[in-house]
Order: sequence, then C-alpha cells, then structure tokens
Amino acid sequence: MKSFKCHTGIGDTVTGEALVADDNFSARYDLDRINGVFSRPQHKLHGQSYRDKILVLNTAKGGVASAWMLHEMKSRGIAPLAILFNQANTILMQGAALADMAMCDQFEDGDVTTLFRTGQQLRVDPQAGLVTLLD
Amino acid sequence: MNLTDQETAMLAGEMGAAVQWAIDHQIKVGRAFDALDMVPTSQAHMMVDPESVGEAGVSFLEDLANKGAKVVIPMITDPRGVDLNYYRPLGQSEEMANLDRRTIAACEQMGILMTNTCINYQTVMPPVLGDHVAYGDTGVVIYSNSVCGARSNFEGGPSALAAGLTGRTPRYGLHLDKHRRATRRFVVQQQPGNLTDWGILGAVIGKMAGSYWQVPVIEGIEDAPTSDELKHMGAAMASFGSTPLFHIVGITPEAPSLDAVGGQHLPVEKINAEDLDKLRSSFGQQGDEIDVVVFAAPQLSLVEMSDLASLCVGQTFKVPVLVCTSPQVYADAVRMRLVHTIEQSGAKVLEGTCFYNQYAKEIGEANGWTKLLSNSAKIVNILGGYGYTPALASREQCIASAVAGKIV
Repeated sequence: MKSFKCHTGIGDTVTGEALVADDNFSARYDLDRINGVFSRPQHKLHGQSYRDKILVLNTAKGGVASAWMLHEMKSRGIAPLAILFNQANTILMQGAALADMAMCDQFEDGDVTTLFRTGQQLRVDPQAGLVTLLD
Repeated sequence: MNLTDQETAMLAGEMGAAVQWAIDHQIKVGRAFDALDMVPTSQAHMMVDPESVGEAGVSFLEDLANKGAKVVIPMITDPRGVDLNYYRPLGQSEEMANLDRRTIAACEQMGILMTNTCINYQTVMPPVLGDHVAYGDTGVVIYSNSVCGARSNFEGGPSALAAGLTGRTPRYGLHLDKHRRATRRFVVQQQPGNLTDWGILGAVIGKMAGSYWQVPVIEGIEDAPTSDELKHMGAAMASFGSTPLFHIVGITPEAPSLDAVGGQHLPVEKINAEDLDKLRSSFGQQGDEIDVVVFAAPQLSLVEMSDLASLCVGQTFKVPVLVCTSPQVYADAVRMRLVHTIEQSGAKVLEGTCFYNQYAKEIGEANGWTKLLSNSAKIVNILGGYGYTPALASREQCIASAVAGKIV
C-alpha cells in the first residue's frame, strides 16, 4: 500500500472509490445537486455520479455561497465522501468544516489528479494529512 | 493552534453549545490554512440567502438560535433571496419566501442586524485601515481590503457566523502582512470612463491574476475614482479572478507608492484599450434582442439611484427592468421620490435583494428570460452559469435599450 502526504485537512478518515479528473470544482455551477451528478456540459466528469465518491480535482471555484452547499448536499445523503484538491480555496474548506466532510489539498508528490485514477480504492486521513492507495 | 484561556473555555463548552460549535469550526479551518492563533474582529457580515443555505442550512441556523446563540460583535447580512413585498410577480414561490422568513427569524433571534446589503461599506459602517473583520460576499471583501485597508478573508456564511459568535477569526490569509504584498503589476493605459468601464477593467485584471493568492498592484490611474467606480471594479475583479485584494498606487491606503507594497521589482503587464474591448465584446452586440434589463451586483448606492432616476424621466420601457438596492438606500430613495421616478417608466425597484442570489435561474425559467442586459460586469460573469445569455452595456445604453427592446 502506497501513501501520499498532503496538508492537514478537514474531517474524519474515510475509505472509498476515487473519481478523478484534471478539472476544477464549483458546487454551484458544475453540479445537479438534486440528482448527484456533474451537470455542466463542459466539465470532464459531466454525467457522472459523485455520490459517496472520493473526488480528485484540481482546484475549487465559486463564490461565498458555496460554503453552505456541501452541508446541504450531505444532509440529503447525496454528497461526495471526500474531496482532494491540488489547491482548495478558503470557501470550500469552510464548507467542508460545516459539513464535516473530508477534504485535503497540497500533495507533496505533485499533481493529485495524476497520482490517482478513477476506480481506485483510497483511504483519506485528513488529520494525519495522508491518503493511502488500497489497491 | 495557540488558544487563549478564553478560547480554550469556549472549546470546552463553557460558553454554551453554539459558541463551542463556532470555535471548533474556526480551529478546523485555521489548521487547514496554518493559522497560528485567532485575531479579534470588529464586525462580521454573512451571506445567508436561502438559495445557497437550503433547508438544511436554515435548520442549522434555527438550531443554533434555539441553543441560545447570540452574536458578540456587530453582525450584518448580505442581500436576501426574496423581496417579501415583491416575489410572486417574479415567479418566486411561497416555499422560497418561507425559507427566507425562517432565515430572518433565526438570525434576528441571534442578534444579527438584517441589513441585507452588499454595499455595507457605503451605507452601514465602513471598516478602517488595519481593521480585522470577517466579511462574506466577495465584493464586500475586496472593497474593504483594498479601498478601506481592512483585513478580511472571503468568509462563507458559516465562518462569518462563527466569527460573530466568538468575536474572532483564524489569523490566516489576508489577515497577515505577507499575503497583502503585490504579486502582479498592471499598468493601465486607457482611463475608464463610466461604471461599466471600471467593471471591465476589474474583470480583465481579475482574469489575468486568477487566484485568491494573487495581489494586483495597479498603476496609471490618473484621477482618484469614486466609491461607486471602485465598487464596480472590485466586484468584477473578485468575480472573474477570486481576487480578494488590489492596490492602486497613490490612491488606496496601503499603496502610497509602488515600493510600499513591494511592487517595484515585479514585471510590468500593460492593459490597453484592446484588452478592455475584447472582454466587452464577449457580452452581447448591438442589435441583439433582450428579455430583461437588470441593475444590480452590487446593489445601487443612493448616487446610482439618483443618476438612474434622471435617465428614467419620460421614458417607457418595452422590456422588464429590475433595479436592486439595499433597504437603507431604498428608504431614502422613496423619500426623495427616486423610486417613484424610476418606477413610472415601468421599471421595478427591489429592496434588500441582489438579482443573482435571488433564485435567478428559477426567475429566468418562470418568466422566459434568457437574454439579459446589465451594466454590471460581475453579473454578466455569474449569470452565464445560470442559463442566461448575458450582455453588457453602460447604464445609458441599458436604458436606451430597454426603451428600444434591443441593444442599441
């Protein structure tokens, strides 16, 4: 099992399946939050379900409003399990803290969207700043 | 993080469950951004429109209020999602209005002042140089940081609320000197004329800077701009670039000189008329049909209301025209008969909302609006993601276009 070091993040340890793209993340503009799929046609994960997945993306986009949205998504049980970024923004980290969702960024081994592939099983430990590839 | 005795007591629950949630939230966020300690804040400002808060967020607010949560510093709010005096005509539902009513009740119970404004720096209590605050709304943050010299990160609703309840915020990002130094140096070669030009300049710089951690320093502005001009520039820059701070040499308080913000060794990036025209031309063309004209984002100041009223005298609009302003300005504008003058032309002035965060998508679908014209560079950037085809023009052109029913 190989582990990758990142910055201390938000939330508790989770284990799940990766959904990876070299693209960004806006809770407000990229998602159909009712059905739990990426809905913006230009997004590389368009049409894919993010429910209970560990999303692996480049950076977070969007304004202050998105701080509420992860909490709202999680309350309905249609939310990602965790999100890994190269660089998170302040708003989404705050949103993860409210939602109690695992979130990490700043991986020491380089571009996180090339470290993992869709379908791989990952364990995310935000407090230790460690993501482990279980496959 | 280093916690004071008082903060340790908060975390232990000695000040109640609401304060315990708040300080715990702040420690989590602070650790993720390497904050070493907390910094006392003088004010908080929360974005809490029901479209983004949702049922879960409103229940969360009600739960905190019922646990006895009370803010300990002056805390104000961003625009609401519904003008409770005018929502059915826009196609907004009773469910949306009820969510807003519940939000207001919970906030009032916590002692929050329902200012419902994104121009608090013009109407409520502007922060001062070196003032640490916890503001939401990217336009409020960039203006307060840049023009007032205050210190705030983009604080999402939950984090702003946490600051209101504890009177402090984690010391990271824009609270630290090192993140306020210039990282990009722009020289403006074409002076902006009207408010839309200032918005376009902000949009171009925001797009070029492109990150929360970049700080533009701007040279070449010949005359001191007005508050409204800087408001449009900052709101657009933050919208296009996630930018929270800019400096203008000789004008904004932290940049009496280029050297003062460390800009002297940065490479010069020129912004000319062509750069500005390129951005402008990506939002609509003369002759395009329009469904609706919107003046908002940010809410209009009293001066903008007065200027708009002058343009509306004797006009009759062929398409709906919506004008968003703060409750404070609205009351003055009613007393001065500006609202009367604007509405005589067929426009509607909304109180305490801002078009893009009042269920713009649902309003568009309910009214069959897709082709939207505005003088705000910020709003045309946002609404592309909401099913609109937005167009940008000066205030005068917007009014003439509303009369003609197409972009003139």
